[in-house]
Amino acid sequence: MKGKVLFVLLAIAAIALLAVACQPAAPKFECKDKLGCIDIGPNDPIHIAYAMVVSGSDATLGQDTKYGAEIAIDDKGGKLLGHSIKFDGQDTGCNAEGGQAAATKIAADKTIVGVIGTNCSSEAVPGAPIISNAGLSMISPSNTAPYLTDPAKRQPGYFRTAHNDKVQGAVAAQFVYTQLKFTKVATIHDGGPYTEALANVFAENFKKLGGSAVIEAVNVGDKDMKPVLTRVAASKPELIYFPVFVAEGGFICAQMRDVPGLEKTVMMGADGIFTPDFLKACGKNVVGMYFSSPDFSVFKGYDEFVAKYLKKYNLKGTLAPFHAHSYDAMNMLFAALEKATVKDPDGTLHVQKQALRDAIAATKDFKGITGNLTCDPYGDCADPRIAVYQVNQDNLTKLEMPKTPIWKQAQ
Amino acid sequence: MLRRWRERVNLTDIVMFIIGASILALALTGTVLNILHPKFTEQQWWSFVVDGLTLGSIYALIALGYTLVYGILRMINFAHSEVFMSGPFTAYFLADWMASTGFLEENLLVGLLAIFALAMTISTIVAVLLERIAYRPLRFAPRLVPLITAIGASFFLQYFFKGLYGPNIKVYPEITALRTVVEIGAIRIRYLQIFVIVAALLMMAGLQLFVMYTRTGKAMRAVAEDKETAALMGIDIDRIIVITFVLGGALAGAAGVLFGLTFKQVKFDMGFIPGIKAFTAAVLGGIGNVVGAMVGGMFLGVTESIGPSLFLDPLGVPSPGQLKDAIAFTLLVLVLIFRPSGILGERLAEKKA
Repeated sequence: MKGKVLFVLLAIAAIALLAVACQPAAPKFECKDKLGCIDIGPNDPIHIAYAMVVSGSDATLGQDTKYGAEIAIDDKGGKLLGHSIKFDGQDTGCNAEGGQAAATKIAADKTIVGVIGTNCSSEAVPGAPIISNAGLSMISPSNTAPYLTDPAKRQPGYFRTAHNDKVQGAVAAQFVYTQLKFTKVATIHDGGPYTEALANVFAENFKKLGGSAVIEAVNVGDKDMKPVLTRVAASKPELIYFPVFVAEGGFICAQMRDVPGLEKTVMMGADGIFTPDFLKACGKNVVGMYFSSPDFSVFKGYDEFVAKYLKKYNLKGTLAPFHAHSYDAMNMLFAALEKATVKDPDGTLHVQKQALRDAIAATKDFKGITGNLTCDPYGDCADPRIAVYQVNQDNLTKLEMPKTPIWKQAQ
Repeated sequence: MLRRWRERVNLTDIVMFIIGASILALALTGTVLNILHPKFTEQQWWSFVVDGLTLGSIYALIALGYTLVYGILRMINFAHSEVFMSGPFTAYFLADWMASTGFLEENLLVGLLAIFALAMTISTIVAVLLERIAYRPLRFAPRLVPLITAIGASFFLQYFFKGLYGPNIKVYPEITALRTVVEIGAIRIRYLQIFVIVAALLMMAGLQLFVMYTRTGKAMRAVAEDKETAALMGIDIDRIIVITFVLGGALAGAAGVLFGLTFKQVKFDMGFIPGIKAFTAAVLGGIGNVVGAMVGGMFLGVTESIGPSLFLDPLGVPSPGQLKDAIAFTLLVLVLIFRPSGILGERLAEKKA
C-alpha cells in the first residue's frame, strides 16, 4: 500500500520534471498590450498599408506620396527587424466615401501593422476613426486640415508629418498683405474639410492683418465657374486665393480671364494644386500665379532624395509637394516599430499596438528631410515650413513646378 | 361649404402648397432685396444669363437623349452620361493632334467639323452598341431590369474608357479665334458662347423638324404612342429604336465637344454630373417631350447660374455659389408640385406612366 503511494508520487514528480525540462529556455511571449498584438511568423513580411489617392484627377498627389514611402523602404534595404516589408494599399479617391471604404478594408486585414495615409483631409475625417478603432496607427503625409488634430476630435491612432493649415493659411495671408501689399482679396473653397478650413484660416488671418476678404464656394464636380467668379468680381478683389483640388482649380484658373473684372486679378493656389497636372488643367492663365506650399529649400538631404525618386520612377520632375513628408512618415513608422516590437529567438515578431502608438507619439527631434520632427500631444508631428512659389512660362512649357520659393517667412 | 372644401383638399396638398409658396416667397424676397440694394452691375447680370444659356444648351442637348429614349422605350437610359463622355474623350486626341500641328488654327472650320464628326460617330456607336447588347435582350423584361442594367452599363463604360485612355484629365486646345469678345449693349459674349448656343439651337430645331415632318419621325411618334399598334401598322420597331439611339448618341457627342471647347477638361467620369443635370432638365421640361427638354435644359442652366446671386445673396447666405445645385433641385421640386408632369409635360396616359 505504502509502496504504491510512493510510486504514484514518484511518477508525478517525474512527469513534472519532464515538463519543466521540455519548456524553452526563454519564457513564452505573452501579449500584455492594451490594444493587443500582431504576430508575424518567422518567414512572413511586415505588412504596411497605404491609403492614398492613386487614381483619378488627384492621382499625382497619391503617387507622389507612395513613391516617397517606397524610397524609404528601399533605403532600409527592404528589410526591417530581419523581415521583408510588404507595402500595398487602397485607393482613397480624395473624397469621404473613398476614405471610408479604404479604411474599412485596411481595418479588416489583420496582418497590417501600420498605415501611411491618407492624402486628402476629406478621406481622413471618416477614415481615421475606423483605423484608430481597429487599434492601428496611421501617419498621414499630406492631410493638412486643422480638424484632424483638433484636441476635441483627434483620433488616438492619428498622426501626420504634413503641416497644419493653421500655418499655411497664416503664411499665405502674410505674403499677400505684406509683400504684394493687397488689401482686398477673395477666397474660393469647395466645401471639403481641407479647402474650406484653409480658405477660412487665410481669410481670418488676412482680416487680422487689416485687409478685407470675401469667402465664396463651389461644389466638387462643378464645371462652369463663371457665375461664381462673376459673383466674386462684384467685390473687386486684387487677388483670389483658391486652395482646392486639380479638377475644380483647373476650371477656376482656366475661366478666370473670361470674367469681366477679373482680367488682371492675381491668382494664388495652395499645396493641393502644386502639381504639373494643374498646369495642364489650367493652361496659359497659370503663368504668374502664386502658390503656398512646403519650403523645399530648407529640406535636408533633399537633392539626393529627389535624384533617387526621379531615377527610380523615370520622371522629369516631382509630382506633388508631399513625397518628402511621406518618406519621413515611413521612417518614423519604422523607428516606432523597432521600439514596439518583441522578437522571438525563432524570428517571430509581436507588434504591440498600443506600444507602437506610444512610440510614434514619443517621436522627438526625429531628423527627417522635412525638418526635425516632434509629435505634439494631438498628432501634429511636422516641422512646418511654408514658402510661396510663382509659376513662370518656362514651368508651363516644361510642365514642372518651380523649385525655388520666391518668398518665405522670416524664421 | 367648408366641409365640401375639406373633402376635396387633402393634407398632402396643403403641405405641398405651403412648401411651394414659402419657397416662392423666399425667392421673391431675395429678388426684391436685390432690386433695392443692387450689388451686381447690369453687365454682370447679363453674364450670368449668357453663362447660364451656354451651359443650358449643353444640358438641353444631353437631355434630348434621355427624353427620346424615354419617349420610345419608357426607360431611363442612365448610361447616357457615358455616351456623352465617350465621344469628346476620343475626339480630344484628334483635337490635340490638330492643335499641335497648327492645322486647327489655320483650317478652323474643317478642323471643328472633323472633331464633331469623330465625337458624334463614337458616341453614336457606343449608344447603338449599348442598345444592341444591354437593352434589346431585356426589352420585355420587367421595368426595373433595364434600369439596373443601364446603371451597370454606365459603370462598365466609365471604367472601360478609364482603362483605354487613362485616369488623368485631358485638356482641349484653346481656339484663339473663338475667344474674341463681342459687346452688344451691356452684354459681353464670346464667339465660343455664341457658337455653342447657336449650334445647340440648330441641332434642336433640326431634331424637332425631323420628328415632326419626316416619315421616320412620324414612325417614331407612332412607336412612342403605342408600340404594338405601330408594329401592326407595319413599322419596324427595332429599326425605330436604333434610330432613336443614333439620334440621342449623335446629339450627346456634339454636346460633349461643345462641353470640351467651353470647359476644356475631359475625363472618364466627366459625364456623371452633366448627365444627372440633363436628366433633371428632361424631367423639368416634361420627360418624353422634345421641346420640353430644350426648355428644361436652358431653364436649369440659367437658374443655376443666376439663382445664387438673385435669390440667396441678398438674404445673407454665406458662400451661396455652393448652393446652386440645391437651387436647381428645389426648382425641380417646385415645378413638380405645381405641374407634376413638367413644364411642357404631356398628360401621361395610365399605361405610359
